[in-house]
Formats: sequence, C-alpha cells, structure tokens
Amino acid sequence: MTTGVRFESPGTAQEAAKLLAQAQGGARILAGGTDLLVQMRSGRLQPELIVNVKGIDEIMTVRQEPDGFRVGAAVPCMSLVNHEAFSSAFPGVIDGANLVGSVQVRGRASMGGNLCNASPAADSVPAMIAAGALAAIEGPEGRREVPVEEVPAGPGKTSLKPGELLVSFFFPNLPACSGTAYLRFTPRTEMDIAVVGAGVCLTLDEKGICTDAKVSLGAVAERVLVVPEAAQALVGTPVDEAALDKLAAAASQAARPIDDKRGTKVFRIKLAGVIARRAAL
Amino acid sequence: MAKHHVTTKINGEAVEFLCDTNQSLLDVLRNELDMTGTKEGCATGDCGACTVNLDGAVVCSCLVLGVEAQGKSIETIEGMAQGDHLHPLQQKFLEHAALQCGICTPGVLVAAKALLERNPDPTEEEVRYWLAGNLCRCTGYNKIVEAVLDAAREMRGASHA
Repeated sequence: MTTGVRFESPGTAQEAAKLLAQAQGGARILAGGTDLLVQMRSGRLQPELIVNVKGIDEIMTVRQEPDGFRVGAAVPCMSLVNHEAFSSAFPGVIDGANLVGSVQVRGRASMGGNLCNASPAADSVPAMIAAGALAAIEGPEGRREVPVEEVPAGPGKTSLKPGELLVSFFFPNLPACSGTAYLRFTPRTEMDIAVVGAGVCLTLDEKGICTDAKVSLGAVAERVLVVPEAAQALVGTPVDEAALDKLAAAASQAARPIDDKRGTKVFRIKLAGVIARRAAL
Repeated sequence: MAKHHVTTKINGEAVEFLCDTNQSLLDVLRNELDMTGTKEGCATGDCGACTVNLDGAVVCSCLVLGVEAQGKSIETIEGMAQGDHLHPLQQKFLEHAALQCGICTPGVLVAAKALLERNPDPTEEEVRYWLAGNLCRCTGYNKIVEAVLDAAREMRGASHA
C-alpha cells in the first residue's frame, strides 16, 4: 500500500459525496473495511483518499419507521443480527448477514459494503432483494432511491455514478403471513464463498395459498439474479411438491454460472434449483 | 503526508500513538506499542489470529486501520489475565492442552471470551460456529472446544456461588 493515502471522516453523506466527486475516481469509501483493506494490500485498489463514513449517523444506524426499517449502509452485520426488532421482521435478511465471513468479519462488515463490493456471490444480497429492499444513494445531484437489484452491475462493478455513495437501505414492512429465508451452498461448512445462494420471500393467505413471492439467486451469474419465473411458480399454489419442482426448474433455468474450483457450471445449475426449493420451504 | 495522532483506550488504559493511514491496528499494536500478544496469521481477515475486541465487537485487527482506533476502547489478550490471575478460559486451555504452538491461541481466547459474555451456556455447535473464524493448524480444535465448554461451566458455577 502507498504511504501517502489521505484519510477523511466526513460528518454527512453530502460531504462524503463531495469528497468522492473531488477525488475524481481516486477515492474509496471505508465502511467495515473487510473488503477494502484486503484489496488495498493486494494492490488491486490503490486509492489516494479513503473516505471513512462511520461518523455519519444515517449510515450507521438502524431505525424502525412506520412503513418499515431504515438500515444504514455501514451498519456492521453483527449489529444488525443483534437488532431484535429487525431480526424478527426479516429473518431471511439476517440469515444472509449472519453468513458473511466470520464473527470477526461481521463485527465490521456491512451489507452496504457487501452490496457495493459487488461479488456475484455476496451473501447479504439475495435475501435483501427478495424482501423488496430499496437502496438510498447520495450524489452530486442529491438523493435517489432504487431497488437493491439495480445496484450490482457485474463482478466488482456497481451502477453508482461518479461521486455517489450508498447511504442506507429501506425495508418496507412485509404483508402479514410473509416469510423470508436465505440459504447457500458452500464447499466448507463456514468461512467460504457461496457456490449458490438463494433468497426467497413469500406471502401466504389465510388458506395457506401463496399470494406473492420473490426469488433471488446469488453466485450463479455475473451479478445477483431476480428470477420472476421461479416466484410465479409459487403464486396461487399451496407451495406443494409440484410448485416447488417448478420453482427449482425455473431457478436452474435462470442460472448462468461460471466453472471454478468451488463448483462446476453443471453443479451450480443443478444446485440453484435445490437451494431455491429449500429456501422456499 | 503527516502521521495521524491517535488517542485510544487499550485494556482500560489511555494510549496514544502516531501512524500512517495504511497501518493496520494489528501493525500498530505489535510494532508501535510492542503489544505482541496479538498475532499476524494472514493479514486478510481469514485466520482470526489477530482477533481483538473493539468497542464490544470481536474483530480482526488486520482489517481495522490504526487511525480508526481514535476514541475507541480495545481489549487484547494482554488484558485477559488480572495480574497473575488467569481468566478461567486461559486456565482451562492449559488444563485441556488446548494449544500447541500457541499462535492461534490469543485470537481464540479473545473470541471465546466474547462468546461467553454474550452466551454463558453455549452448545458445542454454537462454540464451533462462533470460533469458525479462528483457524488452528495444530490441535484439531477438539481440545479448544472442550476447554471453552469447561470454562463456561466453571464460570456459570462461580456466578451462582
């Protein structure tokens, strides 16, 4: 790492956005640092300026609002896991957040960092997307909010424009009788990168028939996928074997993974179906 | 560029140091403050040998910048014993032979201490998953897990005394 790297800790998102814009691509956001520091040490990233966002209140807090939860982008995964109200409302999102790295990594790593690092296998992302989360972004033109699935653009790339930073997530309250889950397959039991990850959210009516669903797959394409066909396979059904078979087939169909040492293409495609089905259950 | 002047609290004592932006907290602990109890195993946050407690959270000190320690409260392995009086975890590690080369041990102890403060009666599975971020090449983990469970038992017993 170069020794001349500057370090700034702005107090507001607007100040942070200004610092980013002024640096013209030479700055990186520091949230938990669990991706940034590793990439700086390997030489992959060589910023001239590190913008530490942990002094910005809205980026570091979890707030329950009447319509849902606003979760700061840099809230450590562990803090979110410890947040009782959020954990009961969105267990699937917690499933994902609780799988990022190790306990030590989760003491610093955040869902915002996980999303913006844009690994296709990011564990906190599929369940967030399935739960309908929105991403609030601050930039030179002010604040905008988009569905989380619009942020990752490819391995290591986001759709954020120059000078923009992720500020928070908004999780709208789910309808009654809704559930969220995230499951992943990893070669080891923990401390590993997902070979397939599936986030599912579904809502049942009083007769147990599914009225709404959203399915998101991680690690099986160059970016996280939303699979409407898989969700449609469940809507209007009692989520029985037949519906789950259709869900699994749709998930496998949508998967377009890479081959690597953790999982071959064929394996990942088959597994997408298996994991999606288990997550739906 | 000028170094950062950092004031922080380590094991209950006020500490000051100078560091560059790119120095990790691990680097500062070992090389600026001569606190070599915390070990470097990988420098990428995978092995947990550098585990410290930062404001109540167990973290890898190799993934925290020295400058980020400003105003924080840090606990390292050096703060675990009270003078000559070992923490029950440390005592049980000796009794159970839960260490061989000892490189992973400070990290494991700091992580295990945090677990028992959060959950005084963990199951074996909970202990194994909590310590998943602490790699050990020597022991095969079983004695580590037994020592943690035994220390937990003793600490629960002592609190009822």
